[in-house]
Amino acid sequence: MIDTAEMLKVFNAHRGDAIVVPGRGGRHWVGISGQPDLDLPMGDPAMGGHAAFAFGLAMAQPQRKVVLFDSEGDLQMGLGILLTIAEQKPANFYHFVLDNECYATTGGQPVPNAKNVDYVMLAKGAGYPRAFAFGELDALTAALPDILGKPGPVFVTMKVHADVENKPITQRTKWRTRSWTQVIGDLQRRLGIAA
Amino acid sequence: MNDMLRAHLSPEIIIDHMKKHGVTHVVWLPDSETNWLYLLMQAEPSLTLVAVPREGLAPPVAAGLAAGGRVPVILVQNTGLMESGDSIRGWLFGLEIPVVYMVGMRGWTRHGVPTADTASVYTEPFLNAFRINYYLVESDADADRITLAFNEAKKTKRPVAVLIGDEYHGFNK
Repeated sequence: MIDTAEMLKVFNAHRGDAIVVPGRGGRHWVGISGQPDLDLPMGDPAMGGHAAFAFGLAMAQPQRKVVLFDSEGDLQMGLGILLTIAEQKPANFYHFVLDNECYATTGGQPVPNAKNVDYVMLAKGAGYPRAFAFGELDALTAALPDILGKPGPVFVTMKVHADVENKPITQRTKWRTRSWTQVIGDLQRRLGIAA
Repeated sequence: MNDMLRAHLSPEIIIDHMKKHGVTHVVWLPDSETNWLYLLMQAEPSLTLVAVPREGLAPPVAAGLAAGGRVPVILVQNTGLMESGDSIRGWLFGLEIPVVYMVGMRGWTRHGVPTADTASVYTEPFLNAFRINYYLVESDADADRITLAFNEAKKTKRPVAVLIGDEYHGFNK
């Protein structure tokens, strides 16, 4: 099982100037990243859309790597996006999935068929040319240069520890310091996109 | 009814408006109205078609495209619009994405006579509940409303719908 924060630190060393959509890893990523204007810590605008959003970004900025840290619960809600991504084949898209087998933000209830879903098979079946699964950080660390060094789209699922939250939502520590529009505005300024 | 009086909407005029407003991507799922429009969109070099397998995936794709500096349009049937509710709320309203929704009005009859298909019965109440403004386009004479929709979306940074109230009958030769 992989610790999400430790994994993100390893990834950060290979990040380069990629756009990063940290997904459920956002609460750790904001303290690790040295390029916040290339980060889109969205939190949760609406469930099931993170992969679609990051894919749209990748299509819009084909000259720049886009790295997504999706979650299996979010992906399950919009599983069909794998087909769209595979069809469009964005070479700059790197699709990581933090699989903690549960909905951590609602108290840790298991996602459907949590322990038996083969996400690599789903991704390859949808048409992703490359797909990998990791359960240990050492193996991921060794493979990361090859994963990020070759064109996407590539799918990487990782079994991670569940950071279950049992406090009521209104009592949780807020880790996002920028609104959605601020996040997008900062990215657009960095990329020279007219508002 | 005299065929001469029948509403006629040509797919070419839709393409013309997309090009006029700099549309780069069409995020879509085919509907009963699209047919001929699809052939034209496919042939148009300025447009990239992004097919989604369920309409609720279109808002976040469009949001990502817009955040990255492109100009997306969402093209779906009214049934798919309704399926997309929470996705519209979070990804389009939440991120203030100015996008035109081209919505095929399955079940619509020009004279307001309801059919057994309830799709169009619920479309306007849905749009009103979500406070999404909309323009009905049933013929080429209505097409300037498409420009109204694009301008309004840009100004308000909200989705605006164009309800396509006619099935294309072929190319306007």
